[in-house]
Parts: sequence; C-alpha cells; structure tokens
Amino acid sequence: MIEKETLLSVEDLWVRFPTRNGVVEAVRGISFAVGRERVGIVGESGSGKSMTGRSILRLIRPPGEMTAKEITFKGENLLDYSEKQMRSVRGHKISMVMQDPKFSLNPVMKVGKQISEAYRLHSGASRGQAKRKAIEMLEAVQIRDAERVYNSYPHEVSGGMGQRIMIAMMLIPDPDLLIADEPTSALDVTVQMRVLAIMDKLVKDRGMGLIFISHDLHLVSSFCDRVIIMYGGKIVETCKASELHNAKHPYTRGLLAALPQIDEPKKSLAVLDRDQAWRDQESVVAYD
Amino acid sequence: MQRRALEIANLNVYFGEGEETFQAVNDVSFSVEKGGSYGLVGESGSGKSTVLRAISGLIDDWDGQISVDGTPLQTKRDKAFYRKIQMVFQDPYASLHPRHTVDRILSEPLKLHGIKDIENRVLTVLDDVGLGKSFRFRYPHQLSGGQRQRVAVARSLMLEPDILLLDEPTSALDVSVQAEILNLLSDLRKERNLTYLMVTHDLAVVAHMCDEIAVMSHGKVVEVMSVEQMRNSEPKEAYTRELLMASKGYDPEFFAAEDA
Repeated sequence: MIEKETLLSVEDLWVRFPTRNGVVEAVRGISFAVGRERVGIVGESGSGKSMTGRSILRLIRPPGEMTAKEITFKGENLLDYSEKQMRSVRGHKISMVMQDPKFSLNPVMKVGKQISEAYRLHSGASRGQAKRKAIEMLEAVQIRDAERVYNSYPHEVSGGMGQRIMIAMMLIPDPDLLIADEPTSALDVTVQMRVLAIMDKLVKDRGMGLIFISHDLHLVSSFCDRVIIMYGGKIVETCKASELHNAKHPYTRGLLAALPQIDEPKKSLAVLDRDQAWRDQESVVAYD
Repeated sequence: MQRRALEIANLNVYFGEGEETFQAVNDVSFSVEKGGSYGLVGESGSGKSTVLRAISGLIDDWDGQISVDGTPLQTKRDKAFYRKIQMVFQDPYASLHPRHTVDRILSEPLKLHGIKDIENRVLTVLDDVGLGKSFRFRYPHQLSGGQRQRVAVARSLMLEPDILLLDEPTSALDVSVQAEILNLLSDLRKERNLTYLMVTHDLAVVAHMCDEIAVMSHGKVVEVMSVEQMRNSEPKEAYTRELLMASKGYDPEFFAAEDA
C-alpha cells in the first residue's frame, strides 16, 4: 500500500433534495478521507454513493442542496471556493469519469478535439502540443491506432474504447484525484478488466488518489485498497478491501451472501432482510 | 431418454439486406432437455440475445432449424406456440407499458388468447410471484425494479407456458434484488416443471441457475460444457478461461502475460 497522505477529507456531508413530499436526504452526514490510494465506495442504487462523488466537485444540481462542515482538498476547503475557482479544480486537480461513455462524450465533436480541448483549457498549450499530448494519452490507455481514433466521432468507437477515451480525457491534466463513478459497469467483463488494469497502472505510476464508486462488491474488494460501504445515505462500515469477506455489519454480510458464487453452489441465495435500525444508526467515520 | 424441449440446429440469423447483410448468429446448434435449465453466455455482440429473439419470433430473418417438443417451427408462429414459450426481458423499466396497470399488463395475454377466468388467474399469478393482490391496480412507476421484474415474470406465466426464455433477467437489478428474483425463478421452475433458456453475461448467475452452458463469441458457439466442468475450471477454450478469470474479480497479473 502507498504511504499515508491525506488528499481529500470530507466532514459531515449532507445532500438533500426538496420534493413535493418533503425533503429527501440522499446523503446523511458522512465523513471520510482519501489518500494516494484506491478507495472503493460500494452500495446499492439509492445508497447515496454517486451523490457523494458529485458533492466533492460541488456538482449537485439545484434544487438539490449539499452542505458539509468541510471538504478539504490538499489543505484547502473547497467550500470556500467561488464557482470560478471550482472550475479550475474540476478536471484539473480532481477529475471524474462517469458510467456511460455514450452520455459523457459530445456526439457531434471528434474524439481528439474533445480530449485536446480538455487539455488546452487547463494548460494553455498550443493546438499542436495538445494534439501530441492527446495522442500520447490515447496510447497510454492502450488504444492502438491512436491517430485514427483521434479523428473519429464517438459513435464510431466501441463502448470499451469510449470509456478508455473518457479516462484519457480525465487524466490528461494530470489530476491528483480521480473520481470514477461505475466506470466499467457498462462494459463487458474482459474489457472491464483491461480498463481497470489501465487505471491501476496510472494510480501506481502517478501516485494519484482514486475514488472508485461501484455496486460490485467482488470487483471493489479485488481492485481497491480500502472499501466504504454505504446504505441509506450513511456509511455503515469501512474496512480494508482484503478484509471485506470478514465484514461485520449485517448489511455487508447480507450483500455478500446474496451473491451467487461460481465455486460454491447453493440451493437458494440468501435474501437480504433490511433492518430499519441500519438507517437510524450513526454513520461510521471512514478516515482510514 | 428424456425428450428435448428445445432443439436448435445450424441456426443462422441475418440483419440487413444485400451487401449490407450482417450475420449475427453463425451455425449455432444446441438442445435443451425437458425441465432443464440451459445458459447462453457471452459478451455484448456475441449473438446470445439474438438467438433468443429468433426463437421467440421477434426476428424473422433466420434459417436452420428450431424445434419445440420435436416439432420444427416456421417463420410465422401460431397462437399455440406462444402458449408454449414466453420470454422475460432484461430491463423491467422498458418492458412494461408505463400507462397500463399491473392488472391490464397481466390480463392482456389472456384476452389475446380468448381465455376467460381472467380475475382468478391474475390473482393466482400475483401470489405465485410473491406480490399479492394489493399490487393489482398499481402502475409500473409505483413499483421498485425488483417488483417490476416480478410483474414481467408474472406476465410470462399467464399462459402457463412450458418454456421460458430469460434474457438477462437480473442484470438491471441490485444484488440483493437479483437474489430474490433468481430464487423466485428457481422455485417456479421446480413448482411448474418449467424449462429455462437463459441468456446472461454473468458466469456466477449461470453457475447458480443452469445445468449446462454454451459460450458464444462473435455469433458462434465456442464451447459447450456442464456447469460442473466450469466450476472445476476445465474450460478448453482460451476465451472461456478469460471470461471465467474476469468474473472472479480484478487480478493485476491477468494481463501481465498478454502485454509482455
């Protein structure tokens, strides 16, 4: 594991959405920290994991509302930043990769232009430099024939390729922290493994921090250093990824038991019995 | 010997015409025994769902032979066929009419087939899939993903078919909900002596649900094996081994050899 240095620290984060039937609390007072390591946030749909990722970049759209005591990134409180200052953080120091490349790439703009635009915006490099850098980056995410892909439109590339393009785009400004929200869920397993291997290598080589948001317990426990398990907007448990199979919280245990296993045939799968108490108990602090 | 519920021989499926023709399924053959559960595994674009769609009659442009209970099918299907075979689709958010109540969704197949006794059948099936009669007059948007998939399963059972075609029935659901639906499907198979043909990309799901599997890649069946063989990691094809390893989680060593 990489030595401890806190990159990001979040304290008492809340995300609320006012609706006709009262306020929905998507995230309810969670605190966690991320160093130069791979932290997985796992949970089912509606657990608040994606909202947590978006909150860090202050990307919650109104009428949604986000509050926190502090979100400290490299010693500075992002909550004090103006919208303009935030724009220099987004993509530059903290990047985000979303689930589906189909919706994150501009369909009417060539791939290469989108990547070099991301770079030029943050570095002020010339067109030529940006193009060279973009092609270099496409090669870094193991796209063969990078020149051709540079001149393609998003519909001309496959899903796995699209996701690699997204990752290239997010990594080109050399961020300190990458937030990946289900980055491989839309991909086939074998492609998924390739994309993960690329991210793994980049984290190691660049000493980047990674927040990996996923619903897949198997994947997170095998890929990350540390796991945060969310339920009902709170953190119910946190542990080393390698210790996940020894998880103590009944929710985590329930999730693990509900997974079909290739090598352990079962007559029927365990069904999760949700306990109201899980929603009410205090959120676990996940600083390390 | 048990009779075959479903027999596919030299199936080819085409999309497009003339020079644009694309062959999505190429010379696929396999058979499912009565009361058996057969899995078709593969990645996107491998043609696995296309096989199901050809069987169910959603695609016309195929050749080869598809036999149900020993009777070869024609391109045009009759009503009796649909009382024998029904399909459950992947995404319960897309497969249920958003403006029809559960009651209307479930009675439609009965009306189409001129079956009386609608109310009783709807109530029985709702019970069988673990929803109960309180769900009868709800709309799909008032249901969770798991409840929707239960409705979709219920609809497929309305005509009391022998064979269910399951197209990734749980891939849109959370793991805890997936467990519920898989259990439901296993129970129904036992109670009603159903035959399943299940398409999925998830090897763990196939291992849990099926007895035998066919691995597809680029429109062809590359390997047929029993679940036992898969469990003991005895696949012969490199592609199957890769799938199997990938499904066991991330392994940094996995691509080390390949990249070198």
